[in-house]
Amino acid sequence: MKRHALSTRIWHWLNLVFVTVLFMSGLTISNAHPRLYWGQWGFAEGQQWLSVPRFPDWMVIPGYYNLAQARAWHILAAWGFALMLLFMWVAMLANRHFRRDIATSKREWRPANIWHDVVEHLKLNFDDVGSKYNFLQKLAYGVVLGIFLPMMIATGIAISPGMEPSFGWLVQLLGGRQSARSLHFIFAWSIVGFFVIHILLVLLSGPRRQISAMIDGGHRDEA
Amino acid sequence: MKRRNLLVGLGATLLAGCDKIANTKAGSSVLGAADSLQMKAQRLLNPSQELVPEFSPKDISPFFRGNGSTDPTNGDYPAHAAAGFANWQLDIRGLVAKPMSLSLDQIRALPQRTQITRHDCVEGWSAIGQWTGPQLKTILDMAGLDPRARYIVLRCADELRGTPYYESIDLNDAHHPQTIIAHMLNGAPLPVRNGAPLRLRVERQLGYKHAKYLTGIEAVESLANIGGGKGGYWEDVAGYQWYAGI
Repeated sequence: MKRHALSTRIWHWLNLVFVTVLFMSGLTISNAHPRLYWGQWGFAEGQQWLSVPRFPDWMVIPGYYNLAQARAWHILAAWGFALMLLFMWVAMLANRHFRRDIATSKREWRPANIWHDVVEHLKLNFDDVGSKYNFLQKLAYGVVLGIFLPMMIATGIAISPGMEPSFGWLVQLLGGRQSARSLHFIFAWSIVGFFVIHILLVLLSGPRRQISAMIDGGHRDEA
Repeated sequence: MKRRNLLVGLGATLLAGCDKIANTKAGSSVLGAADSLQMKAQRLLNPSQELVPEFSPKDISPFFRGNGSTDPTNGDYPAHAAAGFANWQLDIRGLVAKPMSLSLDQIRALPQRTQITRHDCVEGWSAIGQWTGPQLKTILDMAGLDPRARYIVLRCADELRGTPYYESIDLNDAHHPQTIIAHMLNGAPLPVRNGAPLRLRVERQLGYKHAKYLTGIEAVESLANIGGGKGGYWEDVAGYQWYAGI
């Protein structure tokens, strides 16, 4: 297994902190109006496509219902999150991490290869496949870094009335402000979904080695 | 397993610490700094005279929800409401060359702007309505702003939990073309629920900035001596952001 670059390690742990604060303060914001709508507007019972359950105090920042304080944390962490995502993209394009380890080749998209990868995962065989990551890993990291995380920023901008003059087109593109709010919620939970699978696979593939590799970089080419 | 202990420790600190951090002076100033950075970034990305998108009549939502005060019972508001607001006055005062008091007829006689815009509440919901009224800039130009004036305070007739509602905006928002003193919603006089007879529309900010039941417009140099000093009712009582562009 190749070493993790310092930029990757710094981003990984800071991103964990920012995403955690964003998610937990976001749950308070969800509690403020736990209904999701499609389109530009929506404000009342009966108009929603989803009634969201109320999240208990232990799940939320600041630990009890306080919308003003949750918003303050959300805005603060959003800055760290967005700037670090930009940093990670610049770093992984510059140090070729993206092209070398995450971008997939045509060959990897062949059904036989995908099937092989699925079978190896089910057999819990995570031995090196020659490259740093296997196909499903590349796909997961690519989708999270290229779609889930950037969409949190895009939908967040689209929810903000102060951004309307310059980003009205984005609100339109996302199907209206309430659609953007719904998508913000959907992508947030998609990230949680990734997080659960990610943790599970780390636990199954040697958590001690995996976690220390993300801290000190790991050993060079053990295999 | 030192590292794992470290991670668990970090996690627990994060969860337990947020509340404590927010309640310290340094913590709240970091949170406040993020908020003012937010405002500067939005102002940078959105030129001051650029408009928010406006909608067509078919986009208007079937009902326009009201939040906060929806039927004030304090002072002489109920009497004004019973009289159809015939004697309502809007005072223009503070740092202006010509303080004045405008009747609803005088306000309706000014050049009017009609706009169909989306209202976004801090809680998360949205509604679309058509608003009509003079631009705030027209009124401020009539009264003549003193060069020292930096904020416009909106005085309101309603009280929430015994405290008078008020709001404030800076001159950037006060001079924005879509910032109007609305007296009509969807072609009819403003309902009591939505702020009769006059409310502010400040379209680039969240709903709590759109002060209702307006009695006065006051130009000031500083917000420190107004209400609780944070520039608005919700800012004072619950720590909501003064700039509500997000």
